[in-house]
Amino acid sequence: MVLNYSIKDLHEGLTKKKFSSVDLVKESFATIEKINPKVNACITTRLKKDAIEEAKKCDKERHDDSPILFGIPFVMKDSYITKGIRTTAASNVLGDFIPPYNATVYEKLRNAGAILIAKMNMDAWGHGGSTENTDFGPVCNPFDISRVAGGSGGGPAVAIATGMAAFAIGEDTGGSIRNPASWCNVTGLKVTYGRVSRYGCIAYASSFDTVGPTAKTAQDCAYVLETIAGRDQYDATCSQNKVPSYSKQITGDIHGFIIGIPKELFQKGLDNEIKDAVISATKTFECLGVQLKEVSMPLFDYGIPVYYLIAPSETSSNLARFDGVRYGNDRTKFTEETMRRIMIGTYALSAGYYDAYYRKAQKGRTLFIHEYEKALSKCDALIMPVMSTPPPVIGDLISDPLKNYLADAYTITQNPVGVPSLAFPCGFTKSILPIGAQLVGKMFSEDILLQLVYHYQKKTDWHTRKPYIIH
Amino acid sequence: MVVMKSPLITPQEVQKVAKLANLTISPKHEEKFCEQFASVIDYISKIQTLNTSDIKETSQVTGLTNVFREDTIDKTRMFTQEAALLNAKRKHNGYFVVSAVFEE
Repeated sequence: MVLNYSIKDLHEGLTKKKFSSVDLVKESFATIEKINPKVNACITTRLKKDAIEEAKKCDKERHDDSPILFGIPFVMKDSYITKGIRTTAASNVLGDFIPPYNATVYEKLRNAGAILIAKMNMDAWGHGGSTENTDFGPVCNPFDISRVAGGSGGGPAVAIATGMAAFAIGEDTGGSIRNPASWCNVTGLKVTYGRVSRYGCIAYASSFDTVGPTAKTAQDCAYVLETIAGRDQYDATCSQNKVPSYSKQITGDIHGFIIGIPKELFQKGLDNEIKDAVISATKTFECLGVQLKEVSMPLFDYGIPVYYLIAPSETSSNLARFDGVRYGNDRTKFTEETMRRIMIGTYALSAGYYDAYYRKAQKGRTLFIHEYEKALSKCDALIMPVMSTPPPVIGDLISDPLKNYLADAYTITQNPVGVPSLAFPCGFTKSILPIGAQLVGKMFSEDILLQLVYHYQKKTDWHTRKPYIIH
Repeated sequence: MVVMKSPLITPQEVQKVAKLANLTISPKHEEKFCEQFASVIDYISKIQTLNTSDIKETSQVTGLTNVFREDTIDKTRMFTQEAALLNAKRKHNGYFVVSAVFEE
């Protein structure tokens, strides 16, 4: 399968005419046709003839200086507005919504010549960590189809694990890129808040939402990030900071970098196989010339209350607009989990509870900013597990809301702070389920995270292992 | 600092919050909702034990202030009336139809 090649090799193969964009698009559709009935990763697949038409145009117009993603097929989480292509956020509220404009991230990828193939399944509105809270049926893990793929971006992660496309665009509010990346053995980047425009991204919690790549490697993430990052006049929270050449900087020497190990994050509640795999990853970094340093983050246990007060509060406000008047269906179409999150937020914001819950959580958010600043003042990145357990069996998490929230412990403290985090494969359990680790860095230090994981992936082969389902 | 006791959520409270959120909870789901809602509120009430004296709130992390744009009309972003109405379920003579707010 050609789509298992790296983006660099795909670009080179296209330039040297070893294969064409039409070949890639055809392979993409063939894989979806073969694999999707088993995993349910796609919500809307584009008309094949439209995508082939775009590919033909790319093959005709390709020249030596064509952008790196020119003529390369990709998929997006169904939380991004795509003009003329149904966009649902995996909710029946938007079951038949045809957007009249494009999200900036989609516009940037189109301008770079990348070809959209499908809009992917997710937890409705991003509300979940298992892609079970969806009106389009749960997504199955390609390493064991009785288990969840993770969420909320289960669809994009499965697409990359199974070769449906060369890369995917996810959206991370509290782990939605990193959680499914770790459970599906792919690499996913939660960017610094404001690094990539959110314009046209259906909002979950506006001050946490980030737009980022899910791909096979850190290097592929670098190519996608340098294409989609940067200022956008349509998103006032988007950073004016210059976009580095991530793919050029990625090969730089990592000798002397310091990775911090927050000791509180390797204690109670963490699965032993996951703990061993992440500790083993730190040893690999040490072999690569990186220094390790133990750090302390005692605030960690307050992550769930801070996140699950602020995010539902913001979502209760964001989802108030869905009234079925201008577009979509009415509010009776929300799933139970979405209703629960709207109601928790409404409760936390209501008179009499605002100070005790919402305002208190916003103060907790300030403390987490200090906590990360302190921990990162002694090192270049922090290493953590992504998930505390391997992927559970379908039905396990969705039946118990609190358990569902507690599963997010390692991925929900970065979003209130805004710092970037790169999730990458670092091992397997005895029953062959993927394990992921994440490196968390200072604001706008995506370059360092990508560089560290680039060298890790040169040294290890976890990220190259494919699920049995593709054979 | 007043430490609030974890609240016991009654069906009346759930219905009140649902009304504020413009959601409908059927009587059939009410009990389950109360139970699940209470278990989540109970857990996140742990926030009360966090010492936040002299700490200011954070509502956003961009570090940006006063982001302005030119006060000009960008015609490339304007919808035609047809495009704006494209997804509306109820329309009349080129307008959105909304439920009546005032009674006659």
